[in-house]
Amino acid sequence: MWRVGTVVALHDETATARTITLKVPDWPNHVGGQHVDVRLTASDGYSTVRSYSIASAPGPQGRIELTIERLPNGEVSPYLAQELAVGDRLELRGPIGGWFVWRSEQTEPIQLIAGGSGIVPLMAMIRSRASAASTAPFRLLYSVREPRAIFYRDELQAQSDRGHSVSITYAYTRATPKDWPRPPSRIDAALIANTTWPSNLVPTCYVGGPTSFVESATDLLIAFGNGRDKVRTERFGSIGERK
Amino acid sequence: MGTISRGFTGRRSSTDAKLPSGQYLTTDFPVLSAGPTPHIPLDRWEFVIDDGTNVLRKWDWKSFRDLPTDTITVDIHCVTRWSKLGTYWEGVSLDTLLADVKTDASYAMARSYGDYTTNLPLKDLRNNQAWIAFRFDGEDLAAEHGGPARLLVPHLYFWKSAKWVRGITLMHHDKPGFWESLGYHIYGNPWKEQRYSDDV
Repeated sequence: MWRVGTVVALHDETATARTITLKVPDWPNHVGGQHVDVRLTASDGYSTVRSYSIASAPGPQGRIELTIERLPNGEVSPYLAQELAVGDRLELRGPIGGWFVWRSEQTEPIQLIAGGSGIVPLMAMIRSRASAASTAPFRLLYSVREPRAIFYRDELQAQSDRGHSVSITYAYTRATPKDWPRPPSRIDAALIANTTWPSNLVPTCYVGGPTSFVESATDLLIAFGNGRDKVRTERFGSIGERK
Repeated sequence: MGTISRGFTGRRSSTDAKLPSGQYLTTDFPVLSAGPTPHIPLDRWEFVIDDGTNVLRKWDWKSFRDLPTDTITVDIHCVTRWSKLGTYWEGVSLDTLLADVKTDASYAMARSYGDYTTNLPLKDLRNNQAWIAFRFDGEDLAAEHGGPARLLVPHLYFWKSAKWVRGITLMHHDKPGFWESLGYHIYGNPWKEQRYSDDV
């Protein structure tokens, strides 16, 4: 069934991405990692639907957050990332998906690997962990083009400072902060070996990002000894936008 | 009509008329998988039809590739809402693979390397509707798209076209596969928009 959410807040994450906070009556709570379908309808009745990961933890308020990266030539994302205003209404269906999720009953080590906007469902898992007061050990390896492309920077920093509960490694592919030890490059075997959980701890791994990123990160995780059945993926590819 | 999105105009194109409701056209070939891409050497590949207890038919790569093949040009529709028109495949018809199988089963579970499963009525695999495809656009099927071979059942949402397929188990009763156990529709007809388990 479709529900109508009302935009209650907007927040720019980066120059090209923003977070939309929606109040949704009768929202059935979600788990970190799930997504929603969003339906836009033009005044002549034309409508189109895209799927977006939920960024927020489940909560009692009937609020959800989506972070939308504006894609060049997109049909929907420029509307959501630029046009949409507080007070506007959006049709939503969900939550959807029962595989790429972290549930608070999970106590094993968790390895999150994000490429670009692939951070969004992983952030929902990190937030779910905090709101459930879980002590499951989390590590995040977050690959971005450049420092200013990081989503949720302050909040990630706070999570990481809080008793080292979530340990975070950034990897930059185009430009690094000043004096950064690793030159700009894609994630590789050495980075996986040095920053992710040893495979003998049998972590559950969640990898989110563009298809080529996910393919290479999962291959590296498996070469590092992680079981295929321990690696869950969410590939964005060029899905979601009309070419 | 649903809630109007203030200021949204959208794009329309003449091809939209050929698409099932809720789909949009893509010209590339997105990849969606729940886990890592398996890489299966051809000398270890096999395809097995069983009834849950006994192996009924079995092929290795060579005997499979000795079977007659079809070329197939079809539109495909992914539940994540992209559709791709006129995709070009080569594969072996399930009619050929099931030809000598005597069964009164009504359902099938397709099984894949990497442990993916998806369920279908057996009649949806017969009558020139389903293939084990090993070539796409004239090239060997890439691993990320399901190679060496994948099921191709284009009249259903594309998650039913199991990548890395390794066999089919015949069943008397329908049983949900991987995505069907995780909130997706048990049958998945794109023309009826049977996306999620609560769609009729």
